Amino acid sequence: MSRVIALAGNPNCGKTTLFNRLTGSSQKVGNWPGVTIDRKEGRIKSIGAVLVDLPGIYSLSPYSPEEVVSRDFLLDSRPDAIINIVDATNMERNLYLTSQILDMGIPTVIALNMMDTVRKDGTVIDTEKLSKALGCRVVGISALKGEGMEELLEAVSSADEAPSPVRLSGPLEKSISEISENLRDKVPEEHLRWYSVKALERDVLAIERIGDSWNKISEIIEKLEKEEDEESDSLVASERYGSISDIVASSVKTKRTSGSYTTSDKIDRIVTHRWLGLPIFAGVMFLVYYISITTVGGWGTDWVNDVFFGEWAIPGAASWLEGMAVDPVLSAFIVDGLIAGVGAVLGFLPQMLVLFVLLVILEDSGYMARIAFVMDRVFRRFGLSGKSFIPILIGTGCGVPGIMASRTIESERDRRITAMTTTFIPCSAKLPIIALIAGALFGGSALVALASYFIGVLAILLSGIILKKWPSLSGTPSEFIMELPPYHVPGIATVIRSTFEKGWAFVRKAGTFILLACGIVWFLSAFDWSMSMVGDINDSMLADIGNAITWIFVPLGWGDEWQFSVGTITGLLAKENVVGTFGVLFGFSEVAESGDEIWPIIAAMLTPIAGFSFLVFNLLCAPCFAAIGAMRRELGTWKATGAAVLYQCLLAYAVSMVIFQIGSLLIYGTFGIWTVAAFATVALIAYILVSKEPFARYRHKTSEAAA
Amino acid sequence: MATLREVACGGSAKVVRICAQGPMRKRIMDMGITKGCTVIVRKVAPLGDPMEVCVRGYELSLRKSEAEAIEVE
Repeated sequence: MSRVIALAGNPNCGKTTLFNRLTGSSQKVGNWPGVTIDRKEGRIKSIGAVLVDLPGIYSLSPYSPEEVVSRDFLLDSRPDAIINIVDATNMERNLYLTSQILDMGIPTVIALNMMDTVRKDGTVIDTEKLSKALGCRVVGISALKGEGMEELLEAVSSADEAPSPVRLSGPLEKSISEISENLRDKVPEEHLRWYSVKALERDVLAIERIGDSWNKISEIIEKLEKEEDEESDSLVASERYGSISDIVASSVKTKRTSGSYTTSDKIDRIVTHRWLGLPIFAGVMFLVYYISITTVGGWGTDWVNDVFFGEWAIPGAASWLEGMAVDPVLSAFIVDGLIAGVGAVLGFLPQMLVLFVLLVILEDSGYMARIAFVMDRVFRRFGLSGKSFIPILIGTGCGVPGIMASRTIESERDRRITAMTTTFIPCSAKLPIIALIAGALFGGSALVALASYFIGVLAILLSGIILKKWPSLSGTPSEFIMELPPYHVPGIATVIRSTFEKGWAFVRKAGTFILLACGIVWFLSAFDWSMSMVGDINDSMLADIGNAITWIFVPLGWGDEWQFSVGTITGLLAKENVVGTFGVLFGFSEVAESGDEIWPIIAAMLTPIAGFSFLVFNLLCAPCFAAIGAMRRELGTWKATGAAVLYQCLLAYAVSMVIFQIGSLLIYGTFGIWTVAAFATVALIAYILVSKEPFARYRHKTSEAAA
Repeated sequence: MATLREVACGGSAKVVRICAQGPMRKRIMDMGITKGCTVIVRKVAPLGDPMEVCVRGYELSLRKSEAEAIEVE
């Protein structure tokens, strides 16, 4: 049986870099049971051990799922050793977690990371002294540069003794001993210290496990609190830090005086400056889009669409199949259905990859935290926090990683609401729909894109208010205590790895869902119910299906022709499909990403306001299946996911209807029963936004469901 | 009593008591803001909230409403 080693440490201390270095390509990602948190595991080949990556945590409190999952793993699964990664440039706060880990009695090795930065600063750390003071081995490393790895692994292999815990003050240690006496028979010997200290802190999870001994222990604690005139949890926290402070002072000689400005602070002076902060942020965002969509990414996409598919793949495949005398039906299926469809999608890959690279750099460099810092005020108004902005930002590239990024939000409620609303912001797959409507009906005006993003953000903010009033999602306001990590230049390896992972997820999506969708759409559009090929697409199965459901969208202005409802439905498989489908339906085997060829057709079928309504519906309604899958992972149950999708579709329907009806009233003066319905919808939404408990009648049902 | 919220930018203060309760209390203390420690207020975000402080050698951001729960002198 190979040894199991846990890797624990603060967020932003290089844990991921270390994990990647130690496990290489042997990583597997799974899930911690009962929660939506990633569980990464890998093999350290050189010492034949399994390394389990615990989530980045600042402490082992009983409150956040990441901390609870970590505690439970360390206590119940009892790894053979722990590697506690500590950021040498931020030792005091990092060692706070360490002091708790050491209480657990598991052999621990401290990997003191970022030693390269420490040397550059001129700071000197005596790891021997540190080791002695902390009671376990301390190995200086640089995960980024790969220094100290051998020594670390050697220390881990030979770690087999329980470390000595960090001692607190006299009075506290006395109370801890007294508590231990009471717990001696209730908990395993090696966990005695852990439970005693946690009990002293009045830790709710520890109290649960202790059971009836609590009364006696409670008396001990109250006696201490009276003597020291301070609450016990405050005592423990300040003394942990007090001991750590002494330990650090004796082993670290730094040139920096406390409170002085680091390079990061100097950068922040400008970047989060009172007046410059927002314009700089706008500038950074613009640059990201300019590089990924307009220039570098755009050039790549154009090449893929025009050259790779336009000149090589499609004509090449067509003539090759012809040369092989393949049945023309099958040939058409392959070329016009599969290749053309998938091609329209893969054409996006260059833009997406460039966007992902830029977003990963923003995140790793530490700038993302500043974005949350700057945007918090705006989001707080709508019941969320600045941390909700980051998933939205990533969602502009692709909703799947965007939804997954909502994991960094600690508040359960905020996390769920963010996961449900991230896809309102147009992702890069929706850009072709925007380009299509803008080009066909608005003369290519950039205002269409601007309006789309604006409506997306508005939908998110308003949803924040609306959903907060839903009983199962309401509760105490979220907190926003967040570290602003020092800036650092992201490692190339990490950037490439992250980008590759995200890009590969996109390609897989293209490979499976979209291939399937294109194949099915082509098939349904080429055959009628008797399974014979049709000459006119209006005789096909797809036309019948489209005609059958198109009435639903009549109030939205685009229900008169069936192709639009079909386009919307294929959009469920992948938003890129909408334009691709129109291509197939209107008889083009290959369309440009903005659908230039079909502009005249669209213009003949829709008024501009109807086209805009169609656009908005597709922007807000249920996202593609891959994103729905990502939501399922974050929300935990299909029921919750279904509810979320329903909410999105209802909101999309309401907003599109209001846009079309009231827009038509203002532009063309048309008035009808649906105009009245549109006004009623506006009134309903206004009511929900303003009233205190608009969903009071559902409070009963949801609490019953929860019980 | 004075709270962290009232400390001016550039100023520093010593923590006297954490008035918050529950998860927020734990979070504040876990992040290093404990009785007796010195907190330096760096700045306030461009839109007026949250604020950035320096505690135990690193930078932390928290809302003014959260800073109100920290008594200082």
